[in-house]
Amino acid sequence: MNHTSTNHQSSDAAAMLPADTTSNTKIPGELGIWLFVAGDLIVFAVFFVVITLGHTTQNEIFVQSRASLDLWIGVINTLLLLTGSWFVALGVENCRRNPKGNFSRFFTLGILSGVGFVANKGFEWGSKISAGINPTTNDFYMYFFMFTGIHLLHVLIGIGILLMLRGVSKKPELSARNIRTLESGATFWHLVDFLWIVLFALFYLL
Amino acid sequence: MNTIAPNDIKNPTNIAWLILVIATGVGWWFGHAGHNSPDYAQLASAGVIITAFIKVWVVGFQFMELRHAPRWLRHAFDAWLILVCGILVTICLR
Repeated sequence: MNHTSTNHQSSDAAAMLPADTTSNTKIPGELGIWLFVAGDLIVFAVFFVVITLGHTTQNEIFVQSRASLDLWIGVINTLLLLTGSWFVALGVENCRRNPKGNFSRFFTLGILSGVGFVANKGFEWGSKISAGINPTTNDFYMYFFMFTGIHLLHVLIGIGILLMLRGVSKKPELSARNIRTLESGATFWHLVDFLWIVLFALFYLL
Repeated sequence: MNTIAPNDIKNPTNIAWLILVIATGVGWWFGHAGHNSPDYAQLASAGVIITAFIKVWVVGFQFMELRHAPRWLRHAFDAWLILVCGILVTICLR
Protein backbone atom coordinates (compact mmCIF):
# COMPACT_ATOMS: atom_id res chain seq x y z
CA MET A 1 0.00 0.00 0.00
CA ASN A 2 1.38 3.35 -0.93
CA HIS A 3 1.11 6.02 1.78
CA THR A 4 3.24 8.70 0.22
CA SER A 5 2.53 12.36 0.80
CA THR A 6 0.99 12.72 -2.61
CA ASN A 7 -1.25 9.76 -2.13
CA HIS A 8 -2.99 10.33 1.18
CA GLN A 9 -6.26 9.38 -0.34
CA SER A 10 -6.00 5.63 0.21
CA SER A 11 -9.56 4.97 1.15
CA ASP A 12 -9.38 1.50 2.61
CA ALA A 13 -10.03 1.10 6.31
CA ALA A 14 -6.68 -0.58 6.90
CA ALA A 15 -4.97 2.66 5.96
CA MET A 16 -5.82 4.07 9.36
CA LEU A 17 -3.78 1.53 11.24
CA PRO A 18 -0.21 1.41 9.93
CA ALA A 19 2.00 4.46 10.11
CA ASP A 20 3.91 5.55 7.04
CA THR A 21 7.28 3.85 7.28
CA THR A 22 8.51 4.78 3.82
CA SER A 23 11.05 7.50 3.19
CA ASN A 24 8.32 9.60 1.53
CA THR A 25 7.00 11.02 4.79
CA LYS A 26 6.41 14.75 5.18
CA ILE A 27 5.48 17.17 7.91
CA PRO A 28 1.76 18.01 7.61
CA GLY A 29 1.61 21.76 6.92
CA GLU A 30 4.48 24.07 7.82
CA LEU A 31 7.17 23.33 10.41
CA GLY A 32 6.26 26.60 12.16
CA ILE A 33 2.80 25.36 13.16
CA TRP A 34 4.37 22.28 14.75
CA LEU A 35 6.72 24.48 16.78
CA PHE A 36 3.65 26.35 18.02
CA VAL A 37 1.92 23.03 18.77
CA ALA A 38 4.99 21.88 20.75
CA GLY A 39 4.97 25.07 22.84
CA ASP A 40 1.25 24.75 23.53
CA LEU A 41 1.63 21.10 24.50
CA ILE A 42 4.26 21.98 27.09
CA VAL A 43 2.10 24.77 28.57
CA PHE A 44 -1.07 22.67 28.65
CA ALA A 45 0.82 19.70 30.14
CA VAL A 46 1.52 21.95 33.14
CA PHE A 47 -2.19 22.93 33.29
CA PHE A 48 -3.21 19.24 33.22
CA VAL A 49 -0.83 18.39 36.07
CA VAL A 50 -2.06 21.35 38.15
CA ILE A 51 -5.71 20.30 37.74
CA THR A 52 -4.96 16.64 38.59
CA LEU A 53 -2.92 17.64 41.65
CA GLY A 54 -5.84 19.80 42.78
CA HIS A 55 -8.15 16.80 42.32
CA THR A 56 -6.06 14.66 44.66
CA THR A 57 -5.02 17.27 47.26
CA GLN A 58 -8.45 18.97 47.56
CA ASN A 59 -10.54 15.97 46.61
CA GLU A 60 -13.68 16.91 48.55
CA ILE A 61 -13.87 20.45 47.13
CA PHE A 62 -13.15 19.20 43.61
CA VAL A 63 -15.74 16.42 43.77
CA GLN A 64 -18.42 18.78 45.11
CA SER A 65 -17.63 21.51 42.59
CA ARG A 66 -17.50 19.03 39.72
CA ALA A 67 -20.97 17.77 40.70
CA SER A 68 -22.29 21.30 40.15
CA LEU A 69 -21.13 21.30 36.51
CA ASP A 70 -23.60 20.25 33.83
CA LEU A 71 -22.00 17.13 32.34
CA TRP A 72 -24.16 17.34 29.22
CA ILE A 73 -22.76 20.75 28.32
CA GLY A 74 -19.29 19.20 28.42
CA VAL A 75 -20.41 16.17 26.40
CA ILE A 76 -22.10 18.33 23.74
CA ASN A 77 -19.03 20.57 23.49
CA THR A 78 -16.80 17.51 23.11
CA LEU A 79 -18.98 16.13 20.32
CA LEU A 80 -19.07 19.55 18.63
CA LEU A 81 -15.26 19.82 18.55
CA LEU A 82 -14.75 16.18 17.51
CA THR A 83 -17.23 16.66 14.68
CA GLY A 84 -15.71 20.01 13.70
CA SER A 85 -12.27 18.39 13.51
CA TRP A 86 -13.70 15.56 11.44
CA PHE A 87 -15.22 17.96 8.90
CA VAL A 88 -12.00 19.97 8.64
CA ALA A 89 -9.93 16.78 8.16
CA LEU A 90 -12.33 15.69 5.40
CA GLY A 91 -12.08 19.17 3.83
CA VAL A 92 -8.28 19.02 3.71
CA GLU A 93 -8.28 15.45 2.35
CA ASN A 94 -10.78 16.35 -0.37
CA CYS A 95 -8.91 19.53 -1.37
CA ARG A 96 -5.67 17.54 -1.70
CA ARG A 97 -7.41 14.80 -3.65
CA ASN A 98 -9.15 17.21 -6.02
CA PRO A 99 -7.54 20.69 -6.02
CA LYS A 100 -10.08 21.94 -8.57
CA GLY A 101 -13.14 21.00 -6.51
CA ASN A 102 -14.94 23.32 -4.12
CA PHE A 103 -14.95 21.81 -0.64
CA SER A 104 -15.53 24.99 1.36
CA ARG A 105 -18.66 23.42 2.87
CA PHE A 106 -16.48 21.21 5.07
CA PHE A 107 -14.77 24.28 6.54
CA THR A 108 -18.14 26.00 6.96
CA LEU A 109 -19.34 23.01 9.00
CA GLY A 110 -16.14 23.19 11.07
CA ILE A 111 -16.80 26.90 11.74
CA LEU A 112 -20.39 26.15 12.79
CA SER A 113 -19.14 23.50 15.22
CA GLY A 114 -16.77 26.04 16.73
CA VAL A 115 -19.49 28.69 17.00
CA GLY A 116 -21.74 26.11 18.69
CA PHE A 117 -18.95 25.40 21.19
CA VAL A 118 -18.53 29.11 21.99
CA ALA A 119 -22.30 29.60 22.43
CA ASN A 120 -22.55 26.55 24.70
CA LYS A 121 -19.55 27.67 26.74
CA GLY A 122 -21.01 31.17 27.04
CA PHE A 123 -24.29 29.67 28.30
CA GLU A 124 -22.40 27.52 30.83
CA TRP A 125 -20.27 30.38 32.14
CA GLY A 126 -23.29 32.71 32.23
CA SER A 127 -25.37 30.26 34.29
CA LYS A 128 -22.47 29.72 36.72
CA ILE A 129 -21.80 33.43 37.17
CA SER A 130 -25.51 34.21 37.63
CA ALA A 131 -25.57 31.50 40.34
CA GLY A 132 -22.79 33.36 42.16
CA ILE A 133 -20.02 30.98 41.10
CA ASN A 134 -16.86 32.66 39.79
CA PRO A 135 -13.07 32.15 39.78
CA THR A 136 -12.81 33.26 43.42
CA THR A 137 -15.26 30.59 44.64
CA ASN A 138 -12.56 27.93 45.16
CA ASP A 139 -9.50 26.44 43.44
CA PHE A 140 -11.59 24.14 41.24
CA TYR A 141 -13.51 27.05 39.77
CA MET A 142 -10.37 29.18 39.54
CA TYR A 143 -8.76 26.47 37.37
CA PHE A 144 -12.03 25.88 35.53
CA PHE A 145 -12.51 29.50 34.44
CA MET A 146 -8.80 30.11 33.83
CA PHE A 147 -7.95 27.02 31.78
CA THR A 148 -11.22 26.71 29.87
CA GLY A 149 -10.91 30.48 29.25
CA ILE A 150 -7.45 30.05 27.71
CA HIS A 151 -8.85 27.17 25.67
CA LEU A 152 -11.82 29.31 24.59
CA LEU A 153 -9.35 31.88 23.28
CA HIS A 154 -7.83 29.07 21.18
CA VAL A 155 -11.30 28.21 19.84
CA LEU A 156 -11.93 31.83 18.83
CA ILE A 157 -8.55 32.04 17.06
CA GLY A 158 -9.32 28.66 15.46
CA ILE A 159 -12.63 29.95 14.10
CA GLY A 160 -10.78 32.91 12.57
CA ILE A 161 -8.27 30.52 10.96
CA LEU A 162 -11.08 28.31 9.62
CA LEU A 163 -12.70 31.39 8.03
CA MET A 164 -9.39 32.01 6.28
CA LEU A 165 -9.12 28.34 5.21
CA ARG A 166 -12.67 28.49 3.87
CA GLY A 167 -11.60 31.39 1.65
CA VAL A 168 -8.51 29.50 0.44
CA SER A 169 -10.58 26.38 -0.31
CA LYS A 170 -12.81 28.41 -2.65
CA LYS A 171 -9.97 29.12 -5.09
CA PRO A 172 -10.63 27.64 -8.54
CA GLU A 173 -7.43 25.58 -8.37
CA LEU A 174 -5.38 25.01 -5.24
CA SER A 175 -1.60 25.15 -5.46
CA ALA A 176 0.78 23.05 -3.33
CA ARG A 177 1.28 26.13 -1.17
CA ASN A 178 -2.49 26.48 -0.69
CA ILE A 179 -2.67 22.85 0.41
CA ARG A 180 0.12 23.45 2.96
CA THR A 181 -1.82 26.45 4.27
CA LEU A 182 -4.91 24.27 4.68
CA GLU A 183 -2.86 21.58 6.48
CA SER A 184 -1.27 24.12 8.84
CA GLY A 185 -4.59 25.77 9.75
CA ALA A 186 -6.26 22.39 10.20
CA THR A 187 -3.41 21.28 12.50
CA PHE A 188 -4.19 24.23 14.79
CA TRP A 189 -7.89 23.37 14.80
CA HIS A 190 -7.16 19.73 15.71
CA LEU A 191 -4.88 20.96 18.52
CA VAL A 192 -7.87 22.91 19.90
CA ASP A 193 -9.91 19.70 19.71
CA PHE A 194 -7.49 17.46 21.56
CA LEU A 195 -6.68 19.99 24.29
CA TRP A 196 -10.42 20.07 25.01
CA ILE A 197 -10.56 16.24 25.11
CA VAL A 198 -8.19 16.27 28.11
CA LEU A 199 -9.77 19.33 29.77
CA PHE A 200 -13.20 17.68 29.48
CA ALA A 201 -11.88 14.50 31.13
CA LEU A 202 -10.18 16.37 33.98
CA PHE A 203 -12.95 18.88 34.74
CA TYR A 204 -16.11 16.86 34.09
CA LEU A 205 -15.30 13.15 34.40
CA LEU A 206 -12.65 12.53 37.08
CA MET B 1 -11.87 12.14 -8.57
CA ASN B 2 -14.17 10.81 -5.87
CA THR B 3 -15.16 13.05 -2.99
CA ILE B 4 -14.71 11.57 0.47
CA ALA B 5 -18.17 11.78 1.97
CA PRO B 6 -18.88 11.67 5.73
CA ASN B 7 -20.99 8.54 5.22
CA ASP B 8 -18.19 6.49 3.60
CA ILE B 9 -17.73 3.95 6.37
CA LYS B 10 -14.49 2.64 4.87
CA ASN B 11 -12.72 5.98 5.02
CA PRO B 12 -10.13 6.10 7.84
CA THR B 13 -11.05 9.67 8.82
CA ASN B 14 -14.69 8.67 9.22
CA ILE B 15 -13.69 5.58 11.22
CA ALA B 16 -11.53 7.80 13.46
CA TRP B 17 -14.53 10.07 14.20
CA LEU B 18 -16.64 7.03 15.10
CA ILE B 19 -13.91 5.71 17.43
CA LEU B 20 -13.68 9.15 19.09
CA VAL B 21 -17.43 9.31 19.70
CA ILE B 22 -17.49 5.77 21.14
CA ALA B 23 -14.44 6.55 23.31
CA THR B 24 -16.27 9.62 24.65
CA GLY B 25 -18.97 7.23 25.86
CA VAL B 26 -16.33 4.94 27.41
CA GLY B 27 -14.74 7.89 29.23
CA TRP B 28 -18.15 8.97 30.52
CA TRP B 29 -18.76 5.37 31.77
CA PHE B 30 -15.47 5.36 33.69
CA GLY B 31 -16.38 8.69 35.31
CA HIS B 32 -19.86 7.46 36.18
CA ALA B 33 -18.47 4.21 37.64
CA GLY B 34 -15.98 6.14 39.78
CA HIS B 35 -18.67 8.41 41.19
CA ASN B 36 -20.95 5.46 42.04
CA SER B 37 -18.24 3.18 43.49
CA PRO B 38 -15.91 5.23 45.72
CA ASP B 39 -13.77 2.12 46.36
CA TYR B 40 -12.81 2.11 42.69
CA ALA B 41 -12.64 5.87 42.24
CA GLN B 42 -8.86 5.90 41.69
CA LEU B 43 -9.00 3.15 39.07
CA ALA B 44 -11.92 4.87 37.37
CA SER B 45 -9.93 8.13 37.30
CA ALA B 46 -7.05 6.28 35.63
CA GLY B 47 -9.56 4.89 33.11
CA VAL B 48 -10.88 8.40 32.37
CA ILE B 49 -7.37 9.74 31.77
CA ILE B 50 -6.16 6.81 29.66
CA THR B 51 -9.33 6.96 27.51
CA ALA B 52 -8.79 10.70 26.98
CA PHE B 53 -5.20 10.19 25.85
CA ILE B 54 -6.21 7.36 23.50
CA LYS B 55 -8.61 9.88 21.93
CA VAL B 56 -5.79 12.43 21.72
CA TRP B 57 -3.63 9.84 19.94
CA VAL B 58 -6.39 9.14 17.39
CA VAL B 59 -6.80 12.89 16.72
CA GLY B 60 -3.03 13.27 16.26
CA PHE B 61 -2.49 10.15 14.19
CA GLN B 62 -5.46 10.46 11.84
CA PHE B 63 -6.82 14.04 11.85
CA MET B 64 -3.43 15.78 12.25
CA GLU B 65 -2.00 13.31 9.72
CA LEU B 66 0.92 12.28 11.91
CA ARG B 67 0.70 8.85 10.29
CA HIS B 68 2.29 10.45 7.22
CA ALA B 69 4.81 12.45 9.26
CA PRO B 70 8.51 11.71 9.72
CA ARG B 71 9.33 9.35 12.58
CA TRP B 72 10.90 12.03 14.74
CA LEU B 73 7.68 14.03 14.77
CA ARG B 74 5.47 10.99 15.42
CA HIS B 75 7.76 9.80 18.19
CA ALA B 76 7.94 13.25 19.78
CA PHE B 77 4.14 13.39 19.86
CA ASP B 78 3.90 9.86 21.27
CA ALA B 79 6.55 10.67 23.90
CA TRP B 80 4.60 13.76 25.06
CA LEU B 81 1.42 11.74 25.20
CA ILE B 82 2.88 8.81 27.17
CA LEU B 83 4.79 11.11 29.54
CA VAL B 84 1.85 13.38 30.39
CA CYS B 85 -0.65 10.50 30.59
CA GLY B 86 1.77 8.58 32.83
CA ILE B 87 2.24 11.56 35.17
CA LEU B 88 -1.52 12.18 35.48
CA VAL B 89 -2.30 8.49 36.11
CA THR B 90 0.49 8.29 38.70
CA ILE B 91 -0.91 11.34 40.51
CA CYS B 92 -4.37 9.75 40.57
CA LEU B 93 -3.19 6.35 41.80
CA ARG B 94 -0.69 7.38 44.45
